[in-house]
Amino acid sequence: MTLRTTTAMAVALAVLALPATAQNFDDPTEFAEQEAQLAATPIGPEGAPWEQYLEDSMVDTAQYAAGEGPHTVCFSNAGVNNPWRVVGWTNMQAEVALHPEIGELIHVDAEGSDDKQIGDINDLVASGNCDVLIVSPNTTAALTPAVEAACEVLPVIVFDRGVNTDCPVTFIHPVGGYGFGIQGARFIAENVEEGANVLMLRILPGVDVLETRYSAGRRILDEAGLNVVGAEFTDGDNAKTKSIVEDYLQRGSIDAVWMDAGATAVAAIEAFEDNGYDVPVFVGEDQQDFLQKWQELGLTAIAPTYPTYQWRTPIIAAARILAGEPVPGPEWVLPQPAITAENLDQYVNPDMPPLHYAMCGCEELPGYPEAWGGQASN
Amino acid sequence: MTDAALPRPRRLSRLLRVNPIWLVLLILIGAIVALNPDFTEPQGYMNFLRRAAPLCILAAGQVFVLTSGGFDLSVGSTITLTVVGASMLLYNNEAATWWVILAMLGAGGVIGLVNGLVVALLRVPSLIATLGTMITVSGIGLMWSGGAPRGYLTDGFRAAGRFMWRDVPVIGLLPAALLVLIGGGAVLWWLMHGTNYGRLLHAVGDNPEAARLAGVPVARVRVLAFVVSSLSAVVAGILLGGFSGVSLDVGTGYELQAITAAVLGGTQLLGGRGAVGAALGGALTLTAIFTLLNFLGLPQPVREVVQGLILISAVALAVCRRDA
Repeated sequence: MTLRTTTAMAVALAVLALPATAQNFDDPTEFAEQEAQLAATPIGPEGAPWEQYLEDSMVDTAQYAAGEGPHTVCFSNAGVNNPWRVVGWTNMQAEVALHPEIGELIHVDAEGSDDKQIGDINDLVASGNCDVLIVSPNTTAALTPAVEAACEVLPVIVFDRGVNTDCPVTFIHPVGGYGFGIQGARFIAENVEEGANVLMLRILPGVDVLETRYSAGRRILDEAGLNVVGAEFTDGDNAKTKSIVEDYLQRGSIDAVWMDAGATAVAAIEAFEDNGYDVPVFVGEDQQDFLQKWQELGLTAIAPTYPTYQWRTPIIAAARILAGEPVPGPEWVLPQPAITAENLDQYVNPDMPPLHYAMCGCEELPGYPEAWGGQASN
Repeated sequence: MTDAALPRPRRLSRLLRVNPIWLVLLILIGAIVALNPDFTEPQGYMNFLRRAAPLCILAAGQVFVLTSGGFDLSVGSTITLTVVGASMLLYNNEAATWWVILAMLGAGGVIGLVNGLVVALLRVPSLIATLGTMITVSGIGLMWSGGAPRGYLTDGFRAAGRFMWRDVPVIGLLPAALLVLIGGGAVLWWLMHGTNYGRLLHAVGDNPEAARLAGVPVARVRVLAFVVSSLSAVVAGILLGGFSGVSLDVGTGYELQAITAAVLGGTQLLGGRGAVGAALGGALTLTAIFTLLNFLGLPQPVREVVQGLILISAVALAVCRRDA
């Protein structure tokens, strides 16, 4: 509580003090670009979205060709500190097992600290053991100089969050936060009457990828003439989420719930169930517990995703770069599908853990499902 | 020393000595009702009580450690371990509910015992000892689960924190959590105010040296206080897991909320004075503050500031009363 209070106040002060340097989380150009990418037809093998790309632009990597191998791939990871990253990291390790030319994956976990990650990157580069460096930055601005320094020495692949430099060979990411916000809010606008009451639930303020989800969602809901009754921060806490929804239900009806992330979606649904209300139109995410609840109750719902299969792509990119083959770049934009009523059944799997991200592209990987915490079906 | 040891005040001054926490609670409830008249419906206040129950039990348990002159910072991670551990052990097996609850209480007992022994025998300050347990226990939870919840809690396990009887005569709704709160609160109240142990605990917290010279088994009294606190954390964990399901940060921050609630109720931080009933009032007050701020619909940063200010004023009020 204290830590969150301090953080919130620091964020509030920063926003007040530095309006000129504050990042713009409501950028119409990026909104339009991601909106177009959602509608684009991906290039690449069908059924393997982790190899597909939306922007038709390739980077030549012949200069990095490193012969037969086995090669050493180094990975500076921002952290394995939430279920999304746990699933992603498992994906990446399994992907490595598919590549005999990669002899070793050296993984360094920055545990959510910029300082540690800067040190990690310096150490990995200085060790001289790495043939290629993958970076999943903890924050964008702080990690930029370390990545720039690494680029001088070896090929670098950045994924998930970006850095403020174009020196990496490629930057791998799905469409992005605006796209996520658009998919959910558009579904609501299509499934409720004009003027309907929408409750927006957010995790916490000040995080770039979450702010853009919200600004895009809000823009669509406002433009559709819907009544946003509140935008509340849940801290990603189930109990707090359930309490907030219960309090809103006492004050009036809710026709739709939009969430910027789905980890607490089931808690929000239970607030309706426990108090004897019908569950309204719902925007969750691809966590198993939400998908199962959706199927069980037959909800009108959608699950936008920030696909964890993007953790496979850096290994694929590394293998291609070391072979001197071209890769999509300087940005490798992956498709960002949403789970809908039409394809829900293919993603529901009760043998997987509650916060397993179903859009993992991991079903065919070695070690599935046990490595992801699931039980093998009999 | 205990209230029981004081000479009986006369009726009027007794009224004036009513713990101000109840007055604060009444004002907050009044404000909530003014903002949202539906709060007086069963759905309003019963949801409130169901939500407050875990913190109430936790704060009442924390009072034992505070009264003994210590802190228990490990309760938050004990809550998380209870929820995560139960979800791993249950794995959708409804029949396992009872032994899993017993196993979790057992684990809580062990955590309390370790805390107590480290503090009482090794003489490590409780702030440090329970900080160590807090980190260790949360590490165990993380290792066990692999960083993400692996299983679900069964409906039976969740009933205590989630289930509500409907169409109950007079009160309409009856959450199972309220029964747990009344039962658990009564047991803790009796232990603190109705047994010799409660008197010894106050004596130890007030002046451990004097208590030792008077023949009080100081170490045993202290250890038991930590065990009570850890067991209350397990019960709070069962209620919280029931209310809102599995998550890895379910207990985060609860150690500070429990201490805050106890202090709001007038428990002295350095020991020697603590009342279970007032801690329950403190926990209800804290929950009422959260609820009121939900209803006010203020932006988040403003809400945090208001929450902090209300807490500081309420604690200041409690301290003023004690010094008067």
